[in-house]
Amino acid sequence: MSLLTAPDTQTGLGLPASPDAVIRLENVSVRYRVPTERIGTFKEYAIRHIQGRVRYQDFWALRGINLDIQQGEIFGIIGRNGAGKSTLLKVISRVLAPTQGRVWIKGRVSPLLELGAGFHPELTGRENIFLNGSLLGHKRCEIDLKLDEILDFAEIGAFIDTPLRTYSSGMAARLGFAVATAWQPETLILDEVLAVGDEAFQAKCQARMETFRNNGTTTLLVTHNMDVVRLLCRRAAWLDHGSLRALGAADEVVKAYQAG
Amino acid sequence: MKHLEPFKKASIYDSAQRSPAALEELFGVFRYRDLIHQLIYRDIVARYKRSVLGIAWTMLNPLGTMLVLTIVFSQLFHTVEGYPTYVLSGLLAWTFFAQTTNSAMQQLVWGSALLHRIYMPRTVFAISAIGTGLVNLIFSLFPLILLMVITAMPIRWSILFLPVPILLLAAYALGIGLLFSTMAVYFPDVAEMYQVVLIAWMYLTPIIYPQDIIPETYRGWFLSLNPMYYLIQIFRIPIYEGSLPPWPMLGIGAGIAFTTLLFGWIVFSRKADEFTYRA
Repeated sequence: MSLLTAPDTQTGLGLPASPDAVIRLENVSVRYRVPTERIGTFKEYAIRHIQGRVRYQDFWALRGINLDIQQGEIFGIIGRNGAGKSTLLKVISRVLAPTQGRVWIKGRVSPLLELGAGFHPELTGRENIFLNGSLLGHKRCEIDLKLDEILDFAEIGAFIDTPLRTYSSGMAARLGFAVATAWQPETLILDEVLAVGDEAFQAKCQARMETFRNNGTTTLLVTHNMDVVRLLCRRAAWLDHGSLRALGAADEVVKAYQAG
Repeated sequence: MKHLEPFKKASIYDSAQRSPAALEELFGVFRYRDLIHQLIYRDIVARYKRSVLGIAWTMLNPLGTMLVLTIVFSQLFHTVEGYPTYVLSGLLAWTFFAQTTNSAMQQLVWGSALLHRIYMPRTVFAISAIGTGLVNLIFSLFPLILLMVITAMPIRWSILFLPVPILLLAAYALGIGLLFSTMAVYFPDVAEMYQVVLIAWMYLTPIIYPQDIIPETYRGWFLSLNPMYYLIQIFRIPIYEGSLPPWPMLGIGAGIAFTTLLFGWIVFSRKADEFTYRA
């Protein structure tokens, strides 16, 4: 099974054998096909199909993206709303298969967006840790090992065995963050800057991100805050209408973006 | 390089070198087996958490339905010996099929929000729906046996054959569940339509009525065209008649179940990449 075998750098697809790359996009395009009129029922579809009247409007969310991201770097992705940032992240996190081109990813990609999306309100905090952990692809025994650490980090104390519906939104978010970051991923996706909990908890989050970075985790940062990009990122990419407008040193890309 | 250590066994994803979709999905399911376990646990625990009798409802539910049907129909079908056992055994098999296929569809709709955020094998939702149904089915075998004891129906060794019909039912339900979920992604109306199909299908299958009320002239082809007829009979005969189902029937049932599963699995996993492109 190709997903688990060693990387084949001699694939003849023109990929350079760069040992440090963790993410490599080659000519990646994503096309959404939007039917020009909404066809909701099977009957309608069948009739139109026979008549040859199913018309689509092609919408290219990404066009010919070439990108190499090295291990351990903090890489900024900037662009206006609708420029294709989220689509790019989906392609990288394996959620969306590219319409064209090639995506090569080494290791686990952990998207830290919308924490606790898989929580169930009737289950206890503990049960939700196991549910959410396994949604992230972890085995039961792996979650067992991390359980104390997660509880400790989330600071939910005695609420651990009460249903999640009794939690405040801050507690739920803290638990979500604690589960999502309990394992160090090869690549971390941060969509907009995190704002979880109070200042003390945010400091803990920052510290954890720092540890990840020191241990070699690659970070993809999507934000509209240019100061953050300049401050944290070494390199950045500017997406515009699905294409790469600029790619290079964060300072210069931000400058170009703000100019045009 | 010390910091590289935790990544030594890093897996590689390469969109240009993927195995056939159906196989990739199968390997994915194996790696995510603990997730399936968690989803089943969630479904069973969360459903009954607020009720006083809790999990006992999985047993009380079929018993109550059987009681209603027995009261309503036992006069009509008084020729059927041991009617309560007849109807409950058929009903358990049917309920399993109807609930799991339905829930496979609902779960995919629920899961689609997650599928847009993180990768997971897309069949896990249908599989966990089947798993939940299996747990419920096994629990509801206890009231069935209780009922047989109360109504003085003989319980024979053939009841130990039940894992086979249950496996066939599960395979068929998974296949149908995957097929209909695929369709429901493209046409949301399918989920609604399926409810009507289920009702019609149930009344076309001898579950609450004995098969000999179907006029003899077309009984043969009427039953032989209905896959659920075989699967329900294979399940019911070891309980109700106390014997093993006839081999030809078992062969046809197994053939239908596994062909449907294979077909549903291939169709679903080939279309699964497109799910995130829709809605």
